[in-house]
Amino acid sequence: MDWGLFTIQMLNGVQLGVLLFLLAAGLTLVFGIMDFVNLAHGSLYMMGAYFCATLTQVTDSFILGVLLALPLTALLGWLVELIVVRALYTHDHLDHVLATFGLILCFDTAVDFIWGPTGMAIPLPAFLDTHVDLVGGHTFPTFRILIICAGLAVAALLYFLVAHTRIGMLIRAGASNRTMVMALGVDIGKLFALVFAVGAAFAGLAGMLIAPITEASIGMGNEIIIVAFVVIIIGGIGSIKGAFVAAMLVGLIDTMGRSFLDQLLKLFMSSQNAETSAPALSAMAIYVLMAVVLAFRPQGLFPPKVR
Amino acid sequence: MLSLFRTGLPAYVMLAALAFLAALPFISEWVDNAFLMDLFLRLMVLAIAAVSLNLILGYGGMVSFGHAAYLVIGAYAVGIPAYYGIYDGFTHIVIAVLGSAIVALLTGAIALRTKGVYFIMITMAFAQMVFFTFVSIEEYGGDDGLVIDQRSEFAGLLDIEDGLTFYYFVLVSLVLALGLVHRIVHSRFGMVISGAKGNERRMQAIGFPTYRYRLVCYVISGALCGYAGALLGNFTYFITPEMGDWVHSGELIFMVVLGGAGSLFGPVLGTAVFVLLEEYLSRFTQYWHFPFGAMLILVVIFTRGGVNGMFRWLGARIGLGAKS
Repeated sequence: MDWGLFTIQMLNGVQLGVLLFLLAAGLTLVFGIMDFVNLAHGSLYMMGAYFCATLTQVTDSFILGVLLALPLTALLGWLVELIVVRALYTHDHLDHVLATFGLILCFDTAVDFIWGPTGMAIPLPAFLDTHVDLVGGHTFPTFRILIICAGLAVAALLYFLVAHTRIGMLIRAGASNRTMVMALGVDIGKLFALVFAVGAAFAGLAGMLIAPITEASIGMGNEIIIVAFVVIIIGGIGSIKGAFVAAMLVGLIDTMGRSFLDQLLKLFMSSQNAETSAPALSAMAIYVLMAVVLAFRPQGLFPPKVR
Repeated sequence: MLSLFRTGLPAYVMLAALAFLAALPFISEWVDNAFLMDLFLRLMVLAIAAVSLNLILGYGGMVSFGHAAYLVIGAYAVGIPAYYGIYDGFTHIVIAVLGSAIVALLTGAIALRTKGVYFIMITMAFAQMVFFTFVSIEEYGGDDGLVIDQRSEFAGLLDIEDGLTFYYFVLVSLVLALGLVHRIVHSRFGMVISGAKGNERRMQAIGFPTYRYRLVCYVISGALCGYAGALLGNFTYFITPEMGDWVHSGELIFMVVLGGAGSLFGPVLGTAVFVLLEEYLSRFTQYWHFPFGAMLILVVIFTRGGVNGMFRWLGARIGLGAKS
């Protein structure tokens, strides 16, 4: 076993986990508080990436690009809530799914119209475009370390906000019993608009962080949003802690599966069989994980206490 | 006109529609537009998929957001044997139907343990699993897909390589699928399914194991959609995992809801509106998805119950006196 490579893949897994958490946090809060299913959350991830790409080109600085794109994505999220989402609270889940599906079509086409069908690269500043030396002569990109640090910092900030501030108390109360919070005189509509906008900013941040590696492209949110759904199902819908644990679990299992499953399988089957079945199996790994978790705990690992 | 979308079409409208579909190849030849036949072939294949989804969504209240996966499984059930030179249509169909049924049984058994939005997301996740599985099997083309050299052979009984024969083969399949769903929902089994949609606890209280009933219904629906997938593979001569992308599952739901979930012909109507609108809008602009998506949002916000609800809403607005 090459432990250097193992460490690198572990870090890649954590990096994916952190991105998934940024997406899943908004998704799970929006669902937990308002019982609203937002398929278009991935579109906000994409819009964040495109805003950042454009602003980076205009200002010639990735850092400035991110700082300016963040409030812009939050504003977009707030507008989406105001124009579309607010009209749908009283509808059922199927309507949420259909309307936000329509939103995805609109966003994807709008991006095609404004930015064109090809993706947009985001150039990294020189000080981030370097490598860090690891044991055994391996290197790891500095930028990926920045992603991990930024993600963990946001997670810590979110934890502090939710667990130790008044607004966090209202969010938690809203997630476990919305009616009671309303009865206590809290304007749950305003609270929710805030959560929706902050969730959009988090999703956008995830898009901005990944875009320098993969480019900003149309439909980039549509694949990862499913994985984010898997994360919040495993973690228990409405739970920030669950989202964090599940995001790390999913990120690690997915990355490690893709890198090492063939070697694992070679231990007990022919190397040819291992090499053909490993890609398919590793593609399934996180869904199998979800199935196993649900088979034992249909409500997820850390469900919010009372619903 | 307004009740048309609520309770299913009256018999004479359906007969007229059927006559139109039956005559379409000749109309297509008469106006010298071969594309018309292709368009309606696609429409009918997708309609079978929508009809299969409606069985669980409309009558059973199970919102499967992963039905396009069964289309892919059905299509690969034609493509993979064809890759090995096996063109026997009966084999293709048996693999498509059985394969879809087995996948539906395994995923349904887990997904049906949950309800509501969990069910939506889990079916979606399982469909992505099928999608990525086919993407990662490079032997069968992976991402690039698989070309099917010729259509299924039916031991000399039918030659669906012939466009006209294939057209009627699909038309008959659609009619049979509608017949099957009609029989199911009017049977005792179907009553339990729709009873469980209304009040599951009551159905359990009077002694029905609703989980098992639902699972069987889910498997039937998956198998029927797999059959539609086999037709799709034959229709396009080319299959890719992309057919099972969750966006297509969303489109299938849209078709069912648009036409009116829980009515026999609703999904066919919804598919027709969807496919024709897509065709019409895409002629005006390459950005047709935008008005399409916007329309979808508006339909959902302002109406409940698809085209049916929209007509009633419009009717109320322009003072037709329709009850809303």
